[in-house]
Amino acid sequence: MTSERYVFPHKHLLGIEPLSPQDITALLDQARAFEEVCERPSIKIVPALRKKLVVNLFFENSTRTRNSFEIAEKRLSAEIINFDADTSSLNKGETLIDTAMNLEAMHPDLIVMRHSAPGAHALLARHMKASIVNAGDGAHEHPTQALLDAYTLRKKFGKLDGLRVAIVGDIRNSRVVRSNLWLLTRMGARVTLVGPPTLVPQEMKATWPGIQISHDFDAVIPEQDAIMMLRAQFERGTGAYIPGQGEYSRFFQLNPARMKRAKKDVVVLHPGPINRGLEITSDVADGPNNLILDQVTNGVPVRMAVLYLLSNPHGEQVP
Amino acid sequence: MPAAPGPCPMDPGQMASTLQRLAADLVARLKPEEEVVLLGIRSRGLPLAERLAILLRATTGAQVPVGALDITLYRDDLTEMVGSPIVRPTEIPFTLKDRTVVLVDDVLYTGRTVRAALDALLDHGRPHRVMLLVMADRSGRELPIQADLAGLRVEVPPGQRVAVRLKEIDGEDGVTVEAC
Repeated sequence: MTSERYVFPHKHLLGIEPLSPQDITALLDQARAFEEVCERPSIKIVPALRKKLVVNLFFENSTRTRNSFEIAEKRLSAEIINFDADTSSLNKGETLIDTAMNLEAMHPDLIVMRHSAPGAHALLARHMKASIVNAGDGAHEHPTQALLDAYTLRKKFGKLDGLRVAIVGDIRNSRVVRSNLWLLTRMGARVTLVGPPTLVPQEMKATWPGIQISHDFDAVIPEQDAIMMLRAQFERGTGAYIPGQGEYSRFFQLNPARMKRAKKDVVVLHPGPINRGLEITSDVADGPNNLILDQVTNGVPVRMAVLYLLSNPHGEQVP
Repeated sequence: MPAAPGPCPMDPGQMASTLQRLAADLVARLKPEEEVVLLGIRSRGLPLAERLAILLRATTGAQVPVGALDITLYRDDLTEMVGSPIVRPTEIPFTLKDRTVVLVDDVLYTGRTVRAALDALLDHGRPHRVMLLVMADRSGRELPIQADLAGLRVEVPPGQRVAVRLKEIDGEDGVTVEAC
């Protein structure tokens, strides 16, 4: 049995920042093979992660990300433990390290974690033998969301290089933006961040020098190939930065009037959950240009690819 | 580099005539009512399956569908490997239900690839029957698996490798026996 061997040079997926363009391309190419598994008319399960134990460790609420990971794990035939933070000893005062050490004693192979603290995943990675997958950490990174966004865009346009992408809304509080900025700029896309000055920190240009920042959505719409709308996260404090929801919608909502200014074949993305009528209107969210449910569908093969590439022990590794 | 004594390696001309013979032997084995599909095991089984389909069309006039099977995710050693091998898409854009599936590969050796291929294809549907066609059938089986049709059968000690070269992948056709 001979086959071409690619060794993904990372033990963990803590973020997009540590990934090279080659790593990103490998992940997206691999997801293509898993998409075939997900689209089979018959059995959508492969034995790739048989005998591997995956722990889903969610310290923050999540519906679609957690479900998507769980479907991906099941389609790879992994054993799954769902660790529910609400019912755990965390409420009894256990520290994250103690929780990790207790999990480690069960010898998991992979841990998929969402946590509100940006350093939590790196901390866990230092204390555990298992591979850690970041399923969202505060406003820092959400790497699998950026990978599925990229997968969706690449599937539509055939490439990421040179693509013009506007990311619109609450840039300040979004982990989706940070992961997408690392990924899109590294793959040669031309990103414009759009939002009110209070929600688009100018200092982001220091980290990603190639990006544009605009506070005038109408002005930048016509040149975009893709418009990625972000959720106005009032639960994360978006409201403190803007005068009101009506004002926000007036300048930054994607609605039919603004769609008229866009390219005919522009695609509309949204990581969900959608605030219908706030950052996007229903006729646009459900309209012919939207790929919002494609993003959800693509999340499963992308996460299968991540779990698969991290599931085998390697020689040389970088975090 | 061919090992001495090289047991009947094949040159491009011999490979072409062997494929002709395999196509004819396959046709002779099929009942008229059987609906045949060819599944090439990636990577070298696929071009072989495509060439067979052309030969079958020339002799019978029938267009036999060709699919590609990637067996990586079904390997029995997958979870013990160092690093994860690249998985390429399986492409079977037709039903396998009640079809006669001809699995095509370059070399049959331990039988583990074919075991994985059987698991993989059964996840796509329940065929009427499955046949195995290989270019080279070499000694060293580790599972009770055999080829229905083989271009060449050779006794080769474990330290040597039977390599099938195809112009689609390797730039030239031929079979060689090499030291590992």
